[in-house]
Amino acid sequence: MSVVKDGYKNLTKGIIKENPVFRLVLGTCPTLAITTSAENGIGMGIAATVVLIGSNAVISLLRKVIPDKVRIPAYITIIAGFVTIVQMLLKAYLPAIDKQLGIYIPLIVVNCIILARAEMFASKNGVIMSILDAIGMGIGFTLALLTLGTIREVLGNGTWFGMDITGGIFEPVLIMILPPGGFLAFGFVLSAINKFTSLKVEHKDCASCPMPCGASGKGEEVKL
Amino acid sequence: MDWYKLMVIVIGALLVENFVLSKFLGICPFLGVSKKLSTALGMGGAVIFVMTIASGVTRLLYDCLLVPFGLGYLQTIAFILVIAALVQLVEVVLKRFVPPLYKALGIYLPLITTNCAVLGVALLNIEEGYNLLESVVYGFSGGLGFTLGLVLFAGVRERLEYCDIPKSFEGLPIALIAAALVSVSFFGFQGLIE
Repeated sequence: MSVVKDGYKNLTKGIIKENPVFRLVLGTCPTLAITTSAENGIGMGIAATVVLIGSNAVISLLRKVIPDKVRIPAYITIIAGFVTIVQMLLKAYLPAIDKQLGIYIPLIVVNCIILARAEMFASKNGVIMSILDAIGMGIGFTLALLTLGTIREVLGNGTWFGMDITGGIFEPVLIMILPPGGFLAFGFVLSAINKFTSLKVEHKDCASCPMPCGASGKGEEVKL
Repeated sequence: MDWYKLMVIVIGALLVENFVLSKFLGICPFLGVSKKLSTALGMGGAVIFVMTIASGVTRLLYDCLLVPFGLGYLQTIAFILVIAALVQLVEVVLKRFVPPLYKALGIYLPLITTNCAVLGVALLNIEEGYNLLESVVYGFSGGLGFTLGLVLFAGVRERLEYCDIPKSFEGLPIALIAAALVSVSFFGFQGLIE
């Protein structure tokens, strides 16, 4: 039974307890850039989830084969492979979403969430657990993008998934769907999480990221 | 040479479509290393350096290798690996031949591989169809724009240290709201180019 319990824990921890965006503040670039509408948020979330599931599964299967010294380049290559697959699928079947998300689809390669899960989870755990972890983290990421996308679209455009829901009660605040609105909405959501929940935002200064982008100065340098 | 087009690229990348403040590329280092002005400058220098070289190299790689062999769809994989190798190479070369520059930028270089601004500029060059010279200029001015945003924001953030901030806004939330204000100020440049 403990296997089932562990699996359930790994699946659900990414949704709220270790939410990659709101708790760990990872993957901020796509979070801010594409949440101009709820639809884009869902699109990006699902694309990243698919990449995460694929890369976590493959890295977990290869974890005993990949030499420790070249693991980061190996992970990046595997992730880039899955990103290319997702990019081609989107181009073929959902060209509208592909056009909206633009270069942020190939940029999933350098999304810290995916590298961090590879380094922290998939390289140490079995394939089933890694897939569950990926699904949980993916749902957490998608929910976070949906939340921000909803706030920005409703305030900035008066619509939700393209439907008019405010009925003209207030004039749309255009700035919310412009770049500054991304910073603003994210800042207020983080402070609301601090204020109204017992969960504290733990910005680890990307220390949890295997390729520290200099954020903390704490992370050790990884030699490629 | 089309000076006018180059000028438009420079102003566009620097002010109108700033890499961090309006394209949201490289937000991790933007929030991470902006606590002190001196580290912001060091990081900015390293990013300018790598973005300029990476723009030229990836453009050549795309035109001379990927397109002739019909491998355009491999661009994401090819670019990220080339950028990773390039960063290592730059580090080795600088260490051996230009020690002062290595001392200034050295610790920031390995951190740049997974900076989205570097991969982003390589992909944007292809998307916009810039030629080699335009790509290099775009890479350089994009890096300069990144540094400008980072340094301005670091200045604002150093002041925030001494402010009385509501408890729930301490740390990251107030930094994001400050970033929003810096980003709004860059909106003033919007009408600068057609």
